[in-house]
Amino acid sequence: MNTLFELTALELAAAISRGELSSKEALLFSNSACTANADKLNCFTSFSASDPIAAAPVSPLSGVPMAVKDNICVAGTATTCASRMLRDFIPPYTATAVEKLTAAGAVCAGKTNLDEFAIGSTSETSFFGPVKNPWNLEYSPGGSSGGSAAAVAAGLVWYALGSDTGGSIRHPAACCGVTGMKPTYGTVSRYGLVSYASSFDQIGPIARNAADCAAVLDMIRGHDGRDSTSLPGPYLPLSPQLTGDLHGVRIGIPDVYFDEAVDEPTRRAILSCADTLRRRGALVESCHAVGLEHAVHAYYVLACAQASSNLARYDGVRYGCRAEDTHDVQDLFVRSRSLGFGREVRRRILLGTYLLSGDNYETYYKKAVAVRHQVENTFRALWHNYDLLLTPVLPGPPPKLGQEANNPVALYQEDRYVACANLAGLPALSMPCGMHKEGLPIGAQLLGPHMADGAVLNAAFAFQQETDFHRLHPPIFGLGGDAG
Amino acid sequence: MNWEIVIGLETHVELATRSKIFCGCSTAFGAAPNTLCCPVCLGLPGALPVLNEQAVELAVKAALALNCTVTPVSRFDRKNYFYPDLPKAYQISQLYAPLARNGHLDLPDGRRIRISEMHLEEDAGKLHHHDDRTAIDYNRCGVPLIEIVTAPDLSGGEDAVAYLERLRSILQYLGVSDCRMEEGSLRCDVNLSVRPAGSSELGVRTELKNLGSLRAVRLACEYEAQRQIAILESGGQVRCQTCRWDEDARRTVPMRDKEQVGDYRYFPDPDLPPLAVSGEQLNRLRSKQPELAHEKCARYARDWSLSDYDCTTLTSRRELAAFFEQVVSLGAPPKQAANWIMGQVLRRLSADGLDVEEIPITAQALADLIHLVERGTINRNTAVEVFDAVFTGGDPTQYVRAHHLEQSSNTEQITAAVEETLSQNRKSVEDWLSGKEKAAGFLMGQAMRTLGGKAPPALVSEIVRQLLEREKSQ
Repeated sequence: MNTLFELTALELAAAISRGELSSKEALLFSNSACTANADKLNCFTSFSASDPIAAAPVSPLSGVPMAVKDNICVAGTATTCASRMLRDFIPPYTATAVEKLTAAGAVCAGKTNLDEFAIGSTSETSFFGPVKNPWNLEYSPGGSSGGSAAAVAAGLVWYALGSDTGGSIRHPAACCGVTGMKPTYGTVSRYGLVSYASSFDQIGPIARNAADCAAVLDMIRGHDGRDSTSLPGPYLPLSPQLTGDLHGVRIGIPDVYFDEAVDEPTRRAILSCADTLRRRGALVESCHAVGLEHAVHAYYVLACAQASSNLARYDGVRYGCRAEDTHDVQDLFVRSRSLGFGREVRRRILLGTYLLSGDNYETYYKKAVAVRHQVENTFRALWHNYDLLLTPVLPGPPPKLGQEANNPVALYQEDRYVACANLAGLPALSMPCGMHKEGLPIGAQLLGPHMADGAVLNAAFAFQQETDFHRLHPPIFGLGGDAG
Repeated sequence: MNWEIVIGLETHVELATRSKIFCGCSTAFGAAPNTLCCPVCLGLPGALPVLNEQAVELAVKAALALNCTVTPVSRFDRKNYFYPDLPKAYQISQLYAPLARNGHLDLPDGRRIRISEMHLEEDAGKLHHHDDRTAIDYNRCGVPLIEIVTAPDLSGGEDAVAYLERLRSILQYLGVSDCRMEEGSLRCDVNLSVRPAGSSELGVRTELKNLGSLRAVRLACEYEAQRQIAILESGGQVRCQTCRWDEDARRTVPMRDKEQVGDYRYFPDPDLPPLAVSGEQLNRLRSKQPELAHEKCARYARDWSLSDYDCTTLTSRRELAAFFEQVVSLGAPPKQAANWIMGQVLRRLSADGLDVEEIPITAQALADLIHLVERGTINRNTAVEVFDAVFTGGDPTQYVRAHHLEQSSNTEQITAAVEETLSQNRKSVEDWLSGKEKAAGFLMGQAMRTLGGKAPPALVSEIVRQLLEREKSQ
């Protein structure tokens, strides 16, 4: 059984369909790995009791145990958003993405821990405590989908759903040495994803490699009448686009994201990644990009403003955390919200409220919208010369646990490598491309034009055909989930 | 000093869609509390709005009938505030790019009331206050509304009522809304200020809420204008505030100062794409626009010479006008049809507690009945009897035949009946002979009775008179 975790999700599904093992055995394996290790990592908020139905395979991922970030609704299962506010909230409906996975024969092993309401980039702001990095328990797994990335990296499930508003899939994927993809905005339904910043939120997969990501996306993409921002398509299947051929593919490394903040190991890893891509036929060169300098600032203005409105519904009246002995309805609102939300969430709600108040809408919000358009134009211009862009995901090793509280603005700045993709709605992927000397993974980001998800995945696929970074496993978890 | 009253209205109208504006829940009125709700209209985490196209179509119809310019691409914005009846803590509305602007509505006297804008939004739930607790019903949450805002062009309570009546008639004719104030499907807030007559500056205004009927609108406007005038004449200043109309006390009661009203932190709703209305769509809806009440009024007066009163009554409801036009199209003379409908039909509807949507008698039956009278087959009195008998169903012609109600025009038969009447009522004949003209009417009635009503009254009257004259000359 020890070798099961050497398999990718697609390989496991193939083994199940060949009858070499049952999906029930795969789930039991996942369950026992979780039992042994999940506590150490604090990467789950709950486990599912679901029994896989022994049925004929209905998709290339049939029977493979996976996990769902706990801000994505699954009917009848607590969807806590890692917040005291929703610790007892059980939605009566299932997110479209999960519904599609279930229909494709996926087996949900549990819900994964995250930064409260997906707000954060260290997975430390959870009401249930911080998630730990499987490569080094002193470090953060990144965030906000830290539970999903840690669970995949530690070999507890074969893939997981995350959500990405400003890097929340790619950042933890990079920190945990796994592959994570934020698809083009509007290609995966947001129905059932608890909103943080609606114009950026996007569900996507975290898996061992690009091929698994493509397989998951092929199951969850598509137009959904329940989400008005869902794109009509057409949706060409992604998996067949993984040819590994990069001949003639032009890849730019924007100077703005290859700045002095990027540390030496990360720089070397990205440059080496560029060499590998060249070996597969790509033309890789550094390029100059103007107009992205303020992207991260605009992102924070818009995200906080939307969060302040999206999170206003948690008022203690209908569901969720409710303060006791309140003397009027205003008091009920104030005290329930003060009690239910953690510090970082409160900070962003207050920031967002401020940004929309009075004249600030003109001063900040509208300016941020203008910056967003500028960012879109900058990318549009870049696509004249390049098919893809290559950047770091974060400038150095993952943050150490306990640093989060010290300097939020410095932490916000670190999102600049990833938030630009959300601002422009572009497909972007993070893949492991090296190691820091502390034994922590380094990630590289590939970014593509609108709806070029297949091209992004293919470049990662080609890279992973050449390299073994995606096959590395955290030594303390070893293979097969042995606690070691 | 002479004062001038300046009024602007903000009217919320519930659109007559089957389902809510952003989800599939029913918009039915009067269902058990919280039975017409779903994750979307309850704003549960993860649920998303999807715009109801029928709501857009109805709103655009209204905008066109109110002569507005429809915004080619309008947008939805969030109006953020905390209130227990608002489950998302924001209302989806339109501030920055409303659906339509710059329209107008003409009052019956020809004055033009400018409509500054019209936008789509969702309704909130409803609070029910009990002694020590408050219950919330979210059924109304997400019911589609249009808000229609006028310029300050109205100059008194009567004006406001005239505007609302015309607006209601237009929206009902379009099928955009049933506009029932008592059910809250038409709600109106009044912005009122006063100023010295002839002044061009606006005074400080107050906003009046809780106006549950047209009468309340008129009374509240009158009360509030007098209140403001009294303040200004005594040297005081009107406060900019929101007032509630107290129906029992018949006065306005301040609720809150306008300055205290929160900042709604409007911003574009990222869950909803911009709303585009194409020129094609506008042309299609424009070509489908039905004839409106005031247009019908003008046509009835022009083509059929009906009186103002007749025209206004017949067009007061779309269903009534349609019934009338159907009866006329089946050959009934317009004036006769109008008389029957405004008299007998409305009388029976009221007696039976029915609405004009529920007229049981068919247009064909009423037209037949009118023909029977016109041809002299039955007289008017008999016709009313037949009408009552066939009101809830039946064929007048058959009914008349079955009950032998055809009147006789046989002069000999009528003369015999009148002679008999005169001989049996000698006292009345004497009275008439001694100059009491009224006695003739009595004798006429008696003669009709002897004839069982089945004779043309004019003919009977003529014969009564002939025989009385004969008595006189004898």
